[in-house]
Amino acid sequence: MPKDGGIGASSKRREDVRFLTGNGKYTDDINLRGQAYVHFLRSDIAHGILKSVDTSAAEGMPGVVKIFTGADFEAVGGMPCGWQVTDKHGQPMQEPGHPVLARGKVRHVGEPIAAVVAETLAEARDAAEAIVLDIEHLPAVVDMKEAVKDGAPKVHDDLTSNLCYDWGFVEENKGAVDEAFKNAAHVTTLELTNNRLVANPMEPRVAVGDYDRSGGDHTLYTTSQNPHVIRLLMGAFVLGIPEHKLRVVAPDVGGGFGTKIFHYQEEAFCTFAAKACNRPVKWTSTRSEAFISDAHGRDHVTKIELALDADNNFTALRTDTYANMGAYLSTFAPSVPTWLHGTLMAGNYKTPLIYVNVKAVFTNTVPVDAYRGAGRPEATYQLERLIDMAAHELGVDPIALRRQNFITEFPYATPVAVEYDTGDYIATMDKLEEMADIAGFAARRKASEAKGKLRGFGVNCYIEACGIAPSNLVGQLGARAGLYESATVRVNATGGLVVMTGSHSHGQGHETSFAQVVAEMIGIDENMIEIVHGDTARTPMGMGTYGSRSIAVGGSAMVRATEKIIAKAKKIASHLLEASEGDIELKDGAFSVAGTDKSVAWGEVTLAAYVPHNYPLEDIEPGLEETAFYDPSNFTYPSGAYACEVELDPETGQVTIERFSAADDFGNIINPMIVTGQVHGGLAQGIGQALLENCAYDSDGQLLSASYMDYAMPRAVDLPFYDVDHSCQTPCTHNPLGVKGCGEAGAIGSPPAVVNAVIDAMRSGGKDVKHIDMPVSPSRVWAAMNG
Amino acid sequence: MYNFDVERPSTIADAVKALGREEAQPMSGGQTLIPTLKARLAAPSVLVSLGGIDEMKGVCLDDAGRLCIGGATTHATVAAEAAAHYPALASLAARIGDPAVRNRGTIGGSLANNDPSACYPAGALGSGATIVTNTREIAADDYFQGMFDTALEEGEIVTEVKFPIPTAAHYEKILQPASRFPLVAAFVARTADGVRVAITGASNNGVFRWSEAEAALGANFAADALAGMSLDDTDMISDLHGTGAYRAHLCAVMTKRAVAAIA
Repeated sequence: MPKDGGIGASSKRREDVRFLTGNGKYTDDINLRGQAYVHFLRSDIAHGILKSVDTSAAEGMPGVVKIFTGADFEAVGGMPCGWQVTDKHGQPMQEPGHPVLARGKVRHVGEPIAAVVAETLAEARDAAEAIVLDIEHLPAVVDMKEAVKDGAPKVHDDLTSNLCYDWGFVEENKGAVDEAFKNAAHVTTLELTNNRLVANPMEPRVAVGDYDRSGGDHTLYTTSQNPHVIRLLMGAFVLGIPEHKLRVVAPDVGGGFGTKIFHYQEEAFCTFAAKACNRPVKWTSTRSEAFISDAHGRDHVTKIELALDADNNFTALRTDTYANMGAYLSTFAPSVPTWLHGTLMAGNYKTPLIYVNVKAVFTNTVPVDAYRGAGRPEATYQLERLIDMAAHELGVDPIALRRQNFITEFPYATPVAVEYDTGDYIATMDKLEEMADIAGFAARRKASEAKGKLRGFGVNCYIEACGIAPSNLVGQLGARAGLYESATVRVNATGGLVVMTGSHSHGQGHETSFAQVVAEMIGIDENMIEIVHGDTARTPMGMGTYGSRSIAVGGSAMVRATEKIIAKAKKIASHLLEASEGDIELKDGAFSVAGTDKSVAWGEVTLAAYVPHNYPLEDIEPGLEETAFYDPSNFTYPSGAYACEVELDPETGQVTIERFSAADDFGNIINPMIVTGQVHGGLAQGIGQALLENCAYDSDGQLLSASYMDYAMPRAVDLPFYDVDHSCQTPCTHNPLGVKGCGEAGAIGSPPAVVNAVIDAMRSGGKDVKHIDMPVSPSRVWAAMNG
Repeated sequence: MYNFDVERPSTIADAVKALGREEAQPMSGGQTLIPTLKARLAAPSVLVSLGGIDEMKGVCLDDAGRLCIGGATTHATVAAEAAAHYPALASLAARIGDPAVRNRGTIGGSLANNDPSACYPAGALGSGATIVTNTREIAADDYFQGMFDTALEEGEIVTEVKFPIPTAAHYEKILQPASRFPLVAAFVARTADGVRVAITGASNNGVFRWSEAEAALGANFAADALAGMSLDDTDMISDLHGTGAYRAHLCAVMTKRAVAAIA
């Protein structure tokens, strides 16, 4: 019997009422009195010496308020990087300067060079066209392996090379890993690319800067997943504004997928320019700008090797990855290919020895940073493609090979420094096999073949690390921030609650699911609870939403704050009921004395807290408001098993997904409908990466896929009806809700299943294709089939 | 966009006059032109909208039994109103772009633009249509002159397109995954005078007739008649979505499938 409220209920998303009726309030909906508009003049060449920026003709153009160039930002800091990786020799990564507006050189197409603030956007654009640039073209470097060769053009002249870091993990294991490969009965080797992606949230980025001269207060409205992080980075490192003079507001945000985590130049610019121009300054990205200024995702080139013994047990794993950083270090870029990737290379398997090498490389391309899954999809893809290849080489069933090597005892400490608290990989695989109807596959293949098509089946498992993250641990790993979360629960006199969370919702449905948790704890209706997020002036210092952390970390903070509320409310109730505090029970929104029929309603207690006429003032303060900060003791480890069935047209190379099954273990679940929706969205992005999306540059550093004419986003017609299950639940052992997080699983778990299925289909057509890179486009499939 | 004047004539004569203004640009459905203007890649001083000219709209049959479509007729209208007379052409129109494109884009606009990956050029060339302008009639075989290039003179307007209706026809396309334009498409028409095969999406020179395939199909109208036939990939478009060799291969696959759909 489904619940009609609280934890476990599929409560309808309350925020959808405003989204679906056109009443959402997005950053672009914010228009301030006297607002001016900025247009950024961006580099259209990938690499060059910026010899001069002549704004003289543009200054006098109609409507121009002020024109800014790199020189205007000499007194302020550069864009900071939030994570310092230490290389395999113990040295810090190479960290180049990252100016707000280009200085000295341009390093990628799309880099802002000048900014025109004008009365209207059209006037700003007109004036920008009158700016004369003198740029001496330099050869661009785009390919990572070319970039690290001697004599390659240097993206940053003040660095020793284009190598940001050469990271080895775990460096001390390298000798033992190499030794295990020497003794292996079988070694499978795979070289692959994890294709570069553009996040493409429906809402492009927007920033509105405002400055109040009366108090010297700055406000930035921005499309961010983490307004407090932006306030911290921009205030402390870029503009030198103390936090009490800087408010950052991220209202309704139309999708983030990681690319709205980072602090961008446009945010710093609008904040700075609002003061310099003494009026609000607004920037709204066009879709074309988004392609060349939003941080991209993925872009790894990897060689991975698996050693097996004579019984097909995995004995060692070794990887060698090149990770593209782009031209500058975006906020969390260095952490993605290292701590969010290397630490996940064990996957769901008890491989005893693992060594991961990652070379992070600067190129003349847009910066690359976290994108839904961030490092974990790259790890999963390599590993799960490799295992399929090994199974094929050994002539064994790919599911059996996985099952044989599953981790089965928990907690489990991997050789790559993490400890999985719980999981049951056999259970999710059992569930998947049932969902995928493997027994019926042969008949379905036959039916496809009767139509002249090939049919393939692919499977993979995944593990991810979510609930990011224990602050002391990430501090040791180079994070320049803590990764706790906060919540303030404010109970109003008449019993309603406002929960102010440091998490940020940009599509995840927090306003609904967070309210369900608090409603369950107190036993009141969800509609009595309002969730407030996205404003540094209204919420306690929080770290925001990414890495599937909101319910695991933000939700835990909310639980802790609510527990404090309940504890205090019980004290008040015990006074009102003239009973001992230890005898007070809270159930269904009423406090009662155990074993009696004496009770007092929630609303009477909250009223007493604010109208303390009959109140234990000598023992406790009036009011009912509590704050908690929660710092997790470990990551959470959602896991699952996915299966994909494709049909392939051997004449055209076209692939269609006929079935997709996903069996996930997210631990406890607050709102099953929202979880299903998160999985669906993740699957769409994973399938998009596998089949369609390809962010491609030419050798001059020009973006070839710079619009939707060439960058293929998944559409409904490209996607199947998913079969999604999350009934396998091993609750997290270290957070109060037992939750693990579900936001990224679909994007992490789906690409290898798709590619494994395509390769299976090609093999069934008599073509022994070892590997095909994503996106598995018709032309690539056809080339592979006819190569 | 840059600033420009807009003229909205209600007759062909007024449109021709308006197009005489300096740096005037005709606009039909605007499905290519408006994005171009928004990207500031074109800067006309006058935009002459052809959308208000009633004499350029509609679908009818003439005395010779040809299907006549006004130049400013939208794809959606063709899809609905040509279906009874020329189902293959109606089906082509029904599969262009998305509903927004089909309800704004027009046949005249598409043919005047002659995008190398557009659908209508294949329909017009494959049907052996006649392109009627404000000054003359041009046979499709003479009209398409290369990528984005046609026989139209400056200021000349496509007012109508006349399609002889073939015995049978079919338009087969494979979509470019991002733009959903044809990656390659073949329009095959079987007429009393023989077979016509027009290919779009493939060549750097825009839409073209595959004469070898036409001859083979004229002798034996069956997909098997094309066995072993291939096109030279030298002039084929090669981009992110497919090499010239892949496109050359698809030309044969699409043609075979079109034939199979008819036969």
